[in-house]
Amino acid sequence: MIRFILLQNRQGKTRLAKYYVPLEESEKHKVEYEVHRLVVNRDPKFTNFVEFRTHKVIYRRYAGLFFSLCVDITDNELAYLECIHLFVEILDHFFSNVCELDLVFNFHKVYLILDEFILAGELQETSKKAIIERMGELEKLE
Amino acid sequence: MNPFYSGTRLRDMIRAIRACKTAAEERAVIRKECAAIRASIDENDHDYRHRNLAKLMFIHMLGYPTHFGQMECLKLIASAGFPEKRIGYLGLMLLLDERQEVLMLVTNSLKQDLNHSNQYIVGLALCALGNICSAEMARDLAPEVERLLQFRDPNIRKKAALCSIRIIRKVPDLAENFVNPAASLLKEKHHGVMITGVQLCTELCKHSSEALEYFRKKSTEAMVKTLKDLVNSPYAPEYDIAGITDPFLHIRMLRFLRVLGQGDADASDCMNDILAQVATKTESNKNSGNAILYECVETIMSIEDSGGLRVLAINILGRFLSNRDNNIRYVALNMLMKAITVDAQAVQRHRTTILECVKDSDASIRKRALDLVYLLVNESNVKPLTKELIDFLEVADQEFKGDLTAKICSIVAKYSPEKIWYIDQMLKVLSEAGNFVKDEVWHALIVVISNASDLHGYTVRTLYRAFQRSSEQQESLLRVAVWCTGEYGDMLVNNIGMLDIEDPIVVTESDAVDVAETAIKRLGSDLTTKAMGMIALLKLSSRFPSCSERINNSIVQYKGSLVLELQQRSIEFNSIIASHQKMRSVLVERMPVLDEATFIGKRAGSMTGSASTSNAAAINLPNGVSKSSAPLVDLLDLSSDDVPVPSSSGGGFIQDLLGLDLSAAPEKSGSNPTPISGADVLLDLLSIGTSPPAQSTASATDILSNQEKSPTSQLDGLSSLSSLSANKPSAAVSSPTIDLLGGLSPNLASEDENGSVYPSIVAYESGSLRITFDFSKTAGSPQTTLILATFKNLSPNSYTDFIFQAAVPKFLQLHLDSASASTLPGSGNGSITQHLRVTNSQYGKKHLVMRLRIAYKVDDKDVLEEGQVSNFPRNL
Repeated sequence: MIRFILLQNRQGKTRLAKYYVPLEESEKHKVEYEVHRLVVNRDPKFTNFVEFRTHKVIYRRYAGLFFSLCVDITDNELAYLECIHLFVEILDHFFSNVCELDLVFNFHKVYLILDEFILAGELQETSKKAIIERMGELEKLE
Repeated sequence: MNPFYSGTRLRDMIRAIRACKTAAEERAVIRKECAAIRASIDENDHDYRHRNLAKLMFIHMLGYPTHFGQMECLKLIASAGFPEKRIGYLGLMLLLDERQEVLMLVTNSLKQDLNHSNQYIVGLALCALGNICSAEMARDLAPEVERLLQFRDPNIRKKAALCSIRIIRKVPDLAENFVNPAASLLKEKHHGVMITGVQLCTELCKHSSEALEYFRKKSTEAMVKTLKDLVNSPYAPEYDIAGITDPFLHIRMLRFLRVLGQGDADASDCMNDILAQVATKTESNKNSGNAILYECVETIMSIEDSGGLRVLAINILGRFLSNRDNNIRYVALNMLMKAITVDAQAVQRHRTTILECVKDSDASIRKRALDLVYLLVNESNVKPLTKELIDFLEVADQEFKGDLTAKICSIVAKYSPEKIWYIDQMLKVLSEAGNFVKDEVWHALIVVISNASDLHGYTVRTLYRAFQRSSEQQESLLRVAVWCTGEYGDMLVNNIGMLDIEDPIVVTESDAVDVAETAIKRLGSDLTTKAMGMIALLKLSSRFPSCSERINNSIVQYKGSLVLELQQRSIEFNSIIASHQKMRSVLVERMPVLDEATFIGKRAGSMTGSASTSNAAAINLPNGVSKSSAPLVDLLDLSSDDVPVPSSSGGGFIQDLLGLDLSAAPEKSGSNPTPISGADVLLDLLSIGTSPPAQSTASATDILSNQEKSPTSQLDGLSSLSSLSANKPSAAVSSPTIDLLGGLSPNLASEDENGSVYPSIVAYESGSLRITFDFSKTAGSPQTTLILATFKNLSPNSYTDFIFQAAVPKFLQLHLDSASASTLPGSGNGSITQHLRVTNSQYGKKHLVMRLRIAYKVDDKDVLEEGQVSNFPRNL
């Protein structure tokens, strides 16, 4: 199960934070700070998996952005790595060539995409096309 | 319209915030925006509610407080339009979580929306519920979600399935309601519904054994077939990831099969073919393929045995290990950890590759690999593996050394084939990473060294070389070197006990003294090391009379030390060297061989032990270092106040003190029958009994060891040492003992008859004194006997300062309560009673036996009587 998803830039600014387990606000800030510290200075040759408290963080860097998933210790790391990539592809497709600024100004849309992709900490849809189409339908209702 | 409300758009606000150069500027902008939003909220401004909440979410993401916007979410959710609801639910998920009470207010809106005619609105409600629902909401809304599992639109079905997962996690009791609708999801063709359905079923199996049984029976075959179809499916661009159709679905299905197959041979059998197919046919040049293989291996390892598949699985892991991608190697190591319990032999084949991973630059890989190597070690490969690990210790990162050292020490201790190898390896570890070695480890090393009498010379010389070589001193190396130099300094200088493999070295007496002095003078040394250095100096002063002067000079320097321990040692040792030449050589004799079995037993005891702090503290100080020179009276009070638990190491403390070492006896009783006949033991006991003060200041290891040695000489030495440490160099040994025992405060108690089933005995009778024992047992512990001792004075004079002492052999534990009085009137006119409790660790095999000593004063004259009790009833 995914505990939380973080999207942070190199400076540690959180661009997206989705928690599937309840945490206090102060705890969330601490988590975000700690995860950023863990991933930002890691040698790119190292694994994309870092132990974090009793869980593990699977992260992947795209340009200046770090996508981090915190998952259970028994979960399949490689699958979640693939999962991050799929999410990035969806964003890329949706914003056509996504960049950090897209995510800043359209943060609410990023959350909506994520809600179509992952729900309750589990995968909801694995087809990029289906999610993009669904987003299109929802946009029309606005 | 509020005049302060600027009405900026969301985009403008974000721009304004991004344009801020400093944090203070940013705070100012946010403050202004928040004020405007509050004002707008106060006016109940419908038009801007939507925009306000969007802004608040952004402000929230930056880490500012936004709780005042929570009610706005609820209002938006309650409004009719889709766009308002959408932003309202988004705000709800972002600004609130399941613990806020506000959330209860939304349950009703959620219920309405779950039943809404617009399926997009139903979707919004499901999404919110899935992400933040609490246990109460789960109970309230479970029927709606259950119904939505059969909704016509697949988008709703998949959301409902994941929502159900959340509900079951919150309230596992609800699981059974979901079993049937979940099973029907497995028949779907739509990938999204399929994957969520599989996940729901897996979750159900976790929470309910009935669900597990149900799915095992009904769905195993269907699941195998679906997976087969998926594996063989033609190219599907929509789900394709690096040439594989929907690896995510593959993985979820394999995981579900694992749950079904675990512990069920039939189900496992059913999935063998498809697992073999996935394991052999999946492309392994891309991450997605490897993810599937990894999941497949885990499933193969978890389901019921099928040898062929496991070989296949371990071979896949072997391929993973030689992959250049660190991620792949990491998961391989992870999985091999699990595989080792299943098939250790197969994992052994990859030993060299695993060993390479220990040296990886990535800490997580190193740690995994080290854990794995640790599990792989056995008697046959311990030597090469240890060599590799120790070689690596030289170049390892500082932060990895602690872990690595602990593992090496543990491996060496567990599998060492011979003592010399053990000592060699430990010395290597100490010189490389002595600062990372735990105290128990070097204590154990000293015990081993002490036991390897033929290696004493070799060890001390090797240590001396290591000591000379190491530039940055490792504390524990220094301690062991100092201890050994103190003990075996003469062997160092005279090259005694040379082994063939050794090169002779020339060490002068003063070189050896240098070692001990370094330990004291070195800046980084802590108190224990310094104190050990002091003892070593004292010992060397006797071994090397020519250096005695020099040693005394350096000991004297610490007379003014502000550290009490050093000061005391300095004064005591100085007085030994200066004024007790005759006694010194006996006093500083080589330590008797430390008893390994007892040490191990003690360690085990102190690790699991309940009341063992005193013991553990004693073990910490193997070289005559006693940090707390606790007064003996305290220690003896222990015996009268604390109730010793039979066979616990804490209870053994007082027996330790008396040199009886009973706590280890129960553990050893099976394998190590007491080799000494009862009478001898008793003799020993009494001679030891005269010198409890000695043992209190002497080290614990010393106490542990007095099994196979002649007690006299050592005891003489020790007892005089003890009286020295009390700063009374010439005090007689026997008198403090009795004084101390007198500390057991006597009080009056009436005599009462004991109606036990055991016959009373007259334990001791002399012309003037009669002691009778009455016996009783407490229910439930047959090995424990309660003895009521009654003392009667048959002479015409009354006795004062009456003290009764008893000693028992090792297989017994004795606890003495205080006596009822200290004065015994003459002519049989009264009596003293005292309770004893004896625990027989060899109950049923051996009988009680006890030695007595009675001291009292008649007309201010000391009288001492001794006796032995061997007429105890046989079955006690």
